[in-house]
Amino acid sequence: MCALCGVLGGAEHWTAAVARPGVFTRSTDPASRRRERVNQVAAVTRVLKHYGVTVADWQGSAVVLSTASGKTEIVDNLVHLWIAAERLLGRPCDPLDAALIALMERELA
Amino acid sequence: MPDALPDFTPVTLITGFLGSGKTTLLQRLLLDPTLSDTAVLINEFGEIGLDHHLLERIDETMVMLQSGCVCCTIRGELSTAIKDLHSRRERGLLPPFRRLVIESTGLADPFPILSTVRSDPVLRHHFCLGNVITTVDAVNGARQLDAQPESVKQVAVADRLVLTKTDLTTAEAARELTKRLRHINPGAPLWRAADDDLDADALLSAEDHGTRQLTDGNDAVPDDHYGHNDDVRTLALSIDEPVDWTRFGVWLTLLLNRHGEALLRVKGILNVADTVAPVAVHAVQHLVHTPRHLDGWPNEDRRSRLVFIARGLDPAVIERSFRAFSMPHTQNRS
Repeated sequence: MCALCGVLGGAEHWTAAVARPGVFTRSTDPASRRRERVNQVAAVTRVLKHYGVTVADWQGSAVVLSTASGKTEIVDNLVHLWIAAERLLGRPCDPLDAALIALMERELA
Repeated sequence: MPDALPDFTPVTLITGFLGSGKTTLLQRLLLDPTLSDTAVLINEFGEIGLDHHLLERIDETMVMLQSGCVCCTIRGELSTAIKDLHSRRERGLLPPFRRLVIESTGLADPFPILSTVRSDPVLRHHFCLGNVITTVDAVNGARQLDAQPESVKQVAVADRLVLTKTDLTTAEAARELTKRLRHINPGAPLWRAADDDLDADALLSAEDHGTRQLTDGNDAVPDDHYGHNDDVRTLALSIDEPVDWTRFGVWLTLLLNRHGEALLRVKGILNVADTVAPVAVHAVQHLVHTPRHLDGWPNEDRRSRLVFIARGLDPAVIERSFRAFSMPHTQNRS
């Protein structure tokens, strides 16, 4: 737990596994962990911008989601992130939604 | 001097519908000397347990849970039983078992059992998930797959399939059932209990949860022309370009958040950009195993392979979504 903010450490998420023998992770040292965090925020932003949600890193340990109306949530990992995003939006974020896929495809083209 | 105990004790789950031969398989496996240091948890449905009497090895490392179906009523009891075994082992009251096998009831949904081991705050520091071994009865299996959604799920999440009682049915019926099992779960190695030697090590070894099989040839390719009307459909993807790990992680967590219940199984071996060795990924519904770094590629083929076994989802849409979300900007879609 952080002594200043009182944030409890959460359970390990598979996308940010602790480095140990046999385990694949990008979090092998502090620098690579931060780099992966930045990449992850960018990848999430790429999705959530289509819903009008902004994403920002918070102290390298959490992510802040904000809507245009100012509703904000702080989340620990990707699992909590999608649940929080849907709560803020009041509707599902569905990667199988044809309209969302089309928007993502347009970016790749 | 005996080998040191592994940091994480693997937990193997033997599942399969009622009467499909789980206890017989366990009985046979326990005769293998390599399993002499295995603890066993048996879960029985009903007030009078019988299965443990069918096993000849009754000792202090064999525990019977008798209060009902492990998947829906006694996750707490399951967790307590495993912790008790662990505690007694640590205190030297039990022989130092190196693996744990759970035999579930025939009605059990495997997911809550796996989730208990993976998520319990104590267990996840001492135990890891091993294989799911599913037994299918060659005589009644087809009918059970028709009538019982649990049995389809048990097959879909399997790392290993064991077809039992093939000596009690026709070769044609066994072939047809095998074809159907391959359709539901194309990647899992399959043994015929009546004909094959059951190598306990091969059945229980879970280094990569069978993802190696994905690069071994046609076994991993589902039979798209199989006509049976199962709601479970399989998508096998081959991806030529290296996968962007970050984007893949974001996409898979998003997909599991919305469709985790329907995604019975995801497994694959990935060629991750900027990484030399392949990475094995493995998920059962919402539960994703820690990604494993494999020692190396089994052959010259460096394509990523991903298999999705899903109920009620369109494989073509999953593929389109995967490519739109996970591929790097610079790559063209195939």
